[in-house]
Amino acid sequence: MALISDYLVQGVQMLLVLALAPLVTGVVRKVKARLLRRRGASVWQPYRDLLRLIRKEAVIAENASWLFRAAPYLIFAATWVAASLAPTFASGLMFSWAADLIAIVALLGSARFFQTLAGLDIGTSFGGIGSSREVMIASLAEPALLMVAFTLSLLAHSTQLSSIIEVTQSPAVGLRISLAMVLVSLVLVALAENARIPVDNPATHLELTMVHEAMVLEYSGRHLAMIEFGAALKLLLYMSLIGGIFVPVGMARSGDPWPAYFVGMGAYVAKLGVGAVALGVFETAIAKMRVFRVPEFLGGALMLGFLAILLLFVSRGHL
Amino acid sequence: MSSLDFDVAHLLSGLMVLVCFLMLYQDRLYSLLNTFALHAVVLALAVAWQAYIQAAPHLYVTAAIALLFKGGFIPIALHRLIRRMEIHREVEIVGGVGVTMLFGLALVALSISVMLPVTSSAGTLAREDLAFALSVVLLGLLMMITRRNAVSQVVGFMTLENGLVLAATGAKGMPLVVEISVAFSILIAFIVIGIFLFRIRERFDTVDVSALDTFRGDRQ
Amino acid sequence: MNLSVLSAAIWSIVALLALSACGAVAARTRLAQVLIYPLCAAICAAIGALALWGLLRGGSESLVLPLGVPWIGSHFRLDALAALFLAIVGFGGCAASVYAIGYGRHEAAPARVLPFYPAFLAGMSLVVLAGDAFTFLVSWEFMSVMSWALVMAHHKEPGNTLAGYVYLVMASFGTLALLLAFGLLAGPEGHYDFASMRDLVGARPLAGVALMLALVGTGSKAGLVPLHVWLPLAHPAAPSHVSALMSGIMTKVAIYGFIRIAFDLLGPPQWWWSVALLSAGAVTAVVGLLYALLQDDLKRLLAYSTVENIGIIFLGLGLALAFKANGMGEAAALALVASLLHAINHATFKSLLFFGAGSVLSATGERDLAAMGGLIHRLPFTAALMLVGAAAISALPPLNGFVSEWLLFQAILISPSLPQWLLKFLTPAAGAMLALAAALAAACFVRAYGMAFLGRPRSPAAETAREVDGFQIGAMSMLALGCLLIGILPGPVLDALAPIARVLVGQALPAQSGQPWLMLAPLADHRSSYDGLMVFAFIAVSAAASALLVRAVAAKAMRRAPAWDCGFPDPRPATQYSPSSFAQPLRRVFGALVFGARERVEMPAPGTTGPARFTLRIHDFVWEGLYLPIAAGVGRIAERLNHLQFLTIRQYLSLVFGALVLLLTLLTVWR
Repeated sequence: MALISDYLVQGVQMLLVLALAPLVTGVVRKVKARLLRRRGASVWQPYRDLLRLIRKEAVIAENASWLFRAAPYLIFAATWVAASLAPTFASGLMFSWAADLIAIVALLGSARFFQTLAGLDIGTSFGGIGSSREVMIASLAEPALLMVAFTLSLLAHSTQLSSIIEVTQSPAVGLRISLAMVLVSLVLVALAENARIPVDNPATHLELTMVHEAMVLEYSGRHLAMIEFGAALKLLLYMSLIGGIFVPVGMARSGDPWPAYFVGMGAYVAKLGVGAVALGVFETAIAKMRVFRVPEFLGGALMLGFLAILLLFVSRGHL
Repeated sequence: MSSLDFDVAHLLSGLMVLVCFLMLYQDRLYSLLNTFALHAVVLALAVAWQAYIQAAPHLYVTAAIALLFKGGFIPIALHRLIRRMEIHREVEIVGGVGVTMLFGLALVALSISVMLPVTSSAGTLAREDLAFALSVVLLGLLMMITRRNAVSQVVGFMTLENGLVLAATGAKGMPLVVEISVAFSILIAFIVIGIFLFRIRERFDTVDVSALDTFRGDRQ
Repeated sequence: MNLSVLSAAIWSIVALLALSACGAVAARTRLAQVLIYPLCAAICAAIGALALWGLLRGGSESLVLPLGVPWIGSHFRLDALAALFLAIVGFGGCAASVYAIGYGRHEAAPARVLPFYPAFLAGMSLVVLAGDAFTFLVSWEFMSVMSWALVMAHHKEPGNTLAGYVYLVMASFGTLALLLAFGLLAGPEGHYDFASMRDLVGARPLAGVALMLALVGTGSKAGLVPLHVWLPLAHPAAPSHVSALMSGIMTKVAIYGFIRIAFDLLGPPQWWWSVALLSAGAVTAVVGLLYALLQDDLKRLLAYSTVENIGIIFLGLGLALAFKANGMGEAAALALVASLLHAINHATFKSLLFFGAGSVLSATGERDLAAMGGLIHRLPFTAALMLVGAAAISALPPLNGFVSEWLLFQAILISPSLPQWLLKFLTPAAGAMLALAAALAAACFVRAYGMAFLGRPRSPAAETAREVDGFQIGAMSMLALGCLLIGILPGPVLDALAPIARVLVGQALPAQSGQPWLMLAPLADHRSSYDGLMVFAFIAVSAAASALLVRAVAAKAMRRAPAWDCGFPDPRPATQYSPSSFAQPLRRVFGALVFGARERVEMPAPGTTGPARFTLRIHDFVWEGLYLPIAAGVGRIAERLNHLQFLTIRQYLSLVFGALVLLLTLLTVWR
């Protein structure tokens, strides 16, 4: 019986992230529109967009290879798996041990690998510009993420997200400057990885400033739908990570009675809402930076991560 | 000492190191000054917290001095100075931000690994304060080395001094006299440097200190 | 006749040597050209199988043959460590030989390859089996010389003579260092067999120096920065199957040499030894990749990426030494096993990638990325297999490269428990470098794969390429399958490595095979776990499910049309991103610091018709700062000594006399 309910909860999470991902994107867009005194599209618009794209005929370039057609599904699958294994409304899920924080980061790396290859497949200059900038951003974001993982594992003696959350949920964690630094570092990386302002602009089609949009320029129809869905899932995943690790309020643990799961779900949706609004406000308030400022931005995230480790050494004395 | 006392003290002194890095990251003069003001505010908070947990009222005076002078008066005065002298507002960094920050990290690692084993007999809080204070001092020095602009050198100097104050409050019982004399010395330093700035500017029409080197003939 | 595993392995090596002799005699005959590679493949498979059996069976065997120095003989020994590396040599050699059955047909001068190829394989096997310093060094030199001969197979191509020359100089230098290291290891009594060296523990004051010499000696063969300079010249110069052997396998033999000396013969380590290894490894990993990112030559790019992976392996070994020195057995076992697994993985995917590069070379005649493009349409199988290799080397789950790097990260995460402050700070920094290297590897192979196989053909040769034959594809498929299998089922492989860890660091990881769901939990499952099989299954199922679902609800129509490209598609292939333009962002981020890169753009004044000019200057600081001065110094000394050639007989005699007197004096003083 317990086994069945474990499977059930895991299954619910897999479907929940799918169901919520477009909504988060919709809310962010709505907030941005309202802040600019536009009415903006409905928060449900991303669902309609996805449906519309899926129903449309796909037009692909004459020299597109099988890789170009397979990549959207692989990108979507890798991101979905990562989002399903990260804790959202409950920790210690059925399959959460299949991938720890490092593996989840690497899964996103797999998705990016195919994304950048797909950008090069048609042989247009825009695809190239997008891919080459994406790998530059990733090459700095990944070490920063590892530093985050390192700090967290220093605190929790584990890279397992469930164990990390157990520690941050416990009162023993206290006030730690290192955690604050890691939070900032993770937020900076999340902004870069999700192609948000100030690193990239998700709304632009101004050629020279775009990164993510340049890579997917040649996609249309169902392929584009899968990629957009993957991007929405990735945003959701990062929000879940930040919310789960740093604000583990209300999260259910494995073995809790049923109502705890519903509380967890409510808390999770609330956290996502707060995250989406905060992202919208932040993006409206700040300007996009030049591409070659991005290394400094991400370098800052890396430094913060490393500084967090150093300070943690101090606070634990002779660890 | 309760864990909350320790945690807050740790948070504040850690923040001081962090703000030092923020200063290293800045490439505009005004934002550098604002960040410095923030540094002074954090210092004031840290000192005030020490006053509270050590039950040492004279430290409140130190905190007030830090807040008023370094958090308020000096940044505002420097702001004015910049505006009046129409100094070029971008800071030229020798080397580049990335390298400087990497170097800064190495300095923090160095000061931690120097301080923690040496002071293992002292209390946890004092050890930690000393380690952070040494980092702040070194970072201030680093800022003075890597900036060409005289104003940012002044800021670097005062950052260094903030580190000294942090160290002094952590090691229990710095007499008020010392504190006041330190405060005066900053003031004097500020005035001297202010005059110095005006003089450089009168002579060379810039506050880039490398102009002095050229004058001295080092850079033929 | 006692048919132990060891003697069977030695008979196989003898067979390889005999084959080599046949090759030397009959290389020009058709029969030899057809038969040598299949025979090599069979013998290597036998060696690999024997070694694997030896590894799984456990225990060790030794053998003394009355060869070599009369009163010592030649010792051979097969223990778990030797068995592992013999298996790598065997299976790697087998794959290369199968590949060569097809690839060798394109060889212009088979007589320059066939005699040396089996001998090279034999040399590598002998190094691994050697049980005393003489045998080790003689086999090591034999291996170096044979590989040098193979590098020089295409000696008429520009640059290859230089490559051969640099290789020879560096190989001699490395052997010299190893010779001195063994001299120190042998102790005052001169125990040259490994068994008595092991017993000398404690009576060795200069162990640290011996370790550094061993690091230099084996590092120069493996390609540790700054001793790597020969590697990107020599590895690509050889025929591709030999490049794969040199990059994938011979570097592992060098790693074997280092592990043998540092973990087995030297006795208990000092913690500061690991500082040298950690820093050299981390620097090598990042610098190697940054070089790789800037290469336009596909094979040279792969060679530089070998440098990177060697850095990763040495980093892991350094960590293992640090843990071992502090008595943290389980952590040491984790780091050691991670390095060994990475060595296996690198042998697999680097061979695969070199085979792919060889296929591209034989199909198009090009090694230059800027002349390729669109090969995924012309070489579909090679493209698919290369994709597996590229993903594996980029450390992407669920393939094998990720497993070993994940294990290494786990080992790094234990490092805060080390008591030394230097190591506490150095290891996270090394971890950050490792993460940087992993991310840059992905960038590098996206670039390599994208430029070679994707996009539009950039040259007529790429446009008319033809898929390679079945043997080449077969060999690549074997390795690609290996990448996938080790990636999703790493547990049994780790368990097979356990006896090695038990011997070398005194402890082993808990058995992985019994874990639920075949997952990997090297320390404790609440600490960290990863399940490649599950991740693979999840990705496969969700990709298939989403594809099927979308196909069920979506409009099935798909239309081919000209590329969109924001409305301005340009049909000329030159408008694509080129290899150097792809590397430009990363070059701007890292280049100024690492290579002193300077860009200059000269725009003509408005109204004039002159061309705009873009100049890029890049410095190789290792080459310019270390090797050129040494070369210049040697040149100057040589010039001074030059007049020694033109002395009278009397002067020569007095020189000899002087030397004799000097030696005699030294001898008296020494006493």
